[in-house]
Amino acid sequence: MNGGGWGGRMWVVGVYAFLYVPILCLIVFSFTAGEITTRFDGFSLRWYAALARDAELHAAVLLSLRVGALAATAAVVVGTAAGVILVRAGPYPGSRFFVGMMSAPMVMPEVVVGLSLVLLFTHPALAVLGGRGVAAIWVAHTTLCAAYVAVLVASRLREMDRALEEAALDLGCPPLKVFFVITVPVIAPALAAGWLLAFTLSMDDFVLAAMLSDPGSTTLPVLVFARLHHGLKPEINALATVIVVVVSIAVLLANRLLLAPPRASAPAVARGG
Amino acid sequence: MKARPASAQGHGRFWVGLLPWVWMLFFFVLPFALIVNVSLSTPDLAVPPYVSPFAGAAVDGAPAFRPDPASYARLGGELAALGTLAADRPYLAAYANSLLLAALTTLCCLVLGYPFAYRLARAPEAMRNLLLMLVMLPFWTSFLLRVYAWMGLLDSSETGLINQVLLGLGLVAEPLPLLYNTGAVLVGMVYSYLPFMVLPLYANLVKLDQRLPEAARDLGARPATVFLRITLPLSSRGIVAGSMLVFIPAVGEFVIPDLLGGGSVMTIGRSIWDDFGPNQDWPMAAAVAVLMVAMLIAPIVLLQRHGRGAGRGE
Repeated sequence: MNGGGWGGRMWVVGVYAFLYVPILCLIVFSFTAGEITTRFDGFSLRWYAALARDAELHAAVLLSLRVGALAATAAVVVGTAAGVILVRAGPYPGSRFFVGMMSAPMVMPEVVVGLSLVLLFTHPALAVLGGRGVAAIWVAHTTLCAAYVAVLVASRLREMDRALEEAALDLGCPPLKVFFVITVPVIAPALAAGWLLAFTLSMDDFVLAAMLSDPGSTTLPVLVFARLHHGLKPEINALATVIVVVVSIAVLLANRLLLAPPRASAPAVARGG
Repeated sequence: MKARPASAQGHGRFWVGLLPWVWMLFFFVLPFALIVNVSLSTPDLAVPPYVSPFAGAAVDGAPAFRPDPASYARLGGELAALGTLAADRPYLAAYANSLLLAALTTLCCLVLGYPFAYRLARAPEAMRNLLLMLVMLPFWTSFLLRVYAWMGLLDSSETGLINQVLLGLGLVAEPLPLLYNTGAVLVGMVYSYLPFMVLPLYANLVKLDQRLPEAARDLGARPATVFLRITLPLSSRGIVAGSMLVFIPAVGEFVIPDLLGGGSVMTIGRSIWDDFGPNQDWPMAAAVAVLMVAMLIAPIVLLQRHGRGAGRGE
């Protein structure tokens, strides 16, 4: 039995077409010579040239890369600690609350998380946080991404052979050293996947960044959204093409390097559902 | 050799746990408490634009708590006016639109995604990872730009891509108004959320013991019976997990209704955004958010209870 023969196969092809045709259209029309984003008026690279000259866009990309890297790094630290606690700490008062608290950011609608953090960062009693801006976006992304990292780390820790750690502890190795010398190398793929996932989520987030941004903190999605509201130009298609190419290469490399021993669950884990 | 006392490990765990506990309490739980607080505040022309219910003069040392239920009263008022005609009920309409859109999105994703995931789970093992990665790949590229792609496809003028095809084939005489309506939003939502449905379904179906449907077939059950009585019940966890992973974020979605719905499709996400932004009515935005989260508690509990082991790569 293979799931309905031709019908099933056509269904699969149809769904892949649904997923990819819009992206292919974006790419095709990035090479148009005209001003219209949906009509091909001859081949040209003019929109890529426009992309290369667009200083405002470059600043936004740089900011997004910076926030993404900082948020991913912080998320790995917070998320790894959370993952360790989720798996290793036995039941303690509040442990169920902790499970809920760590998974809630993944399901909570972004507008709610965004609004709640705006209220925190603009609270008169918390002026020390510095109000809205890059730091606020960094905190928002770290909070969201730490939840995903915790899931990845926790599932890796559950599979891990505890005898490795126990042997080191029995031989007198201090727990902190055991963690860095034994545990971290074992869960390294989860840490790397978590960092990449967090980086991607941060680079891609619009709602949190938009609600928490001040005029000096326009990330790439915030800029793109503003431009989508102020007339469409094929330059956005060129940008999309560059992103698709970069992301495809990165995903292929990550798949090769990180998920080398192919596990059925690994790609599913990689974006966290 | 000294055996490490268990208490030392417990001590270490306390310090390890401190960071995520403090971080999440301060940056997730406390902000949420602030939403509840602001939802009971009075709008004001100040920075931030509300007067906290705790702002009043202290009574006997304890700060006075004077909640302003006006925002909730407005929501309740719309509900009370449900039977009457021609009443303006923007918030109620937003809730209804959002729930309907989220439900339709979930249904479409399930109908589209289930046969797809089933087929993927039965693909040759060597191909599965590649096929799954192809589902993920669009997902990793910019969400905004994927929605933007649909703006071009659905464009209502004669340069819209689908309209170009329809006009070219002579199927329609005039371009169809495809963009800026509920249908456009639905297409964009299904497109964006489909992987959320496929992944847990796949994770569930790939583990399904093939001997069970086989046994049913051997005993003479018809394919439809095998599916309805064996495969479907066995994959119910995947269905619940996938459905909730689509439904919950879909209820609060802001970007897709904004870009593909134009001015016509009001949703909770847009309502919160508008009250937070242009309208500067933060108490109202907070009240709408609190009510939305209250409505989402049941789906979230469902996801955590029944979806465990199928969703989020767990």
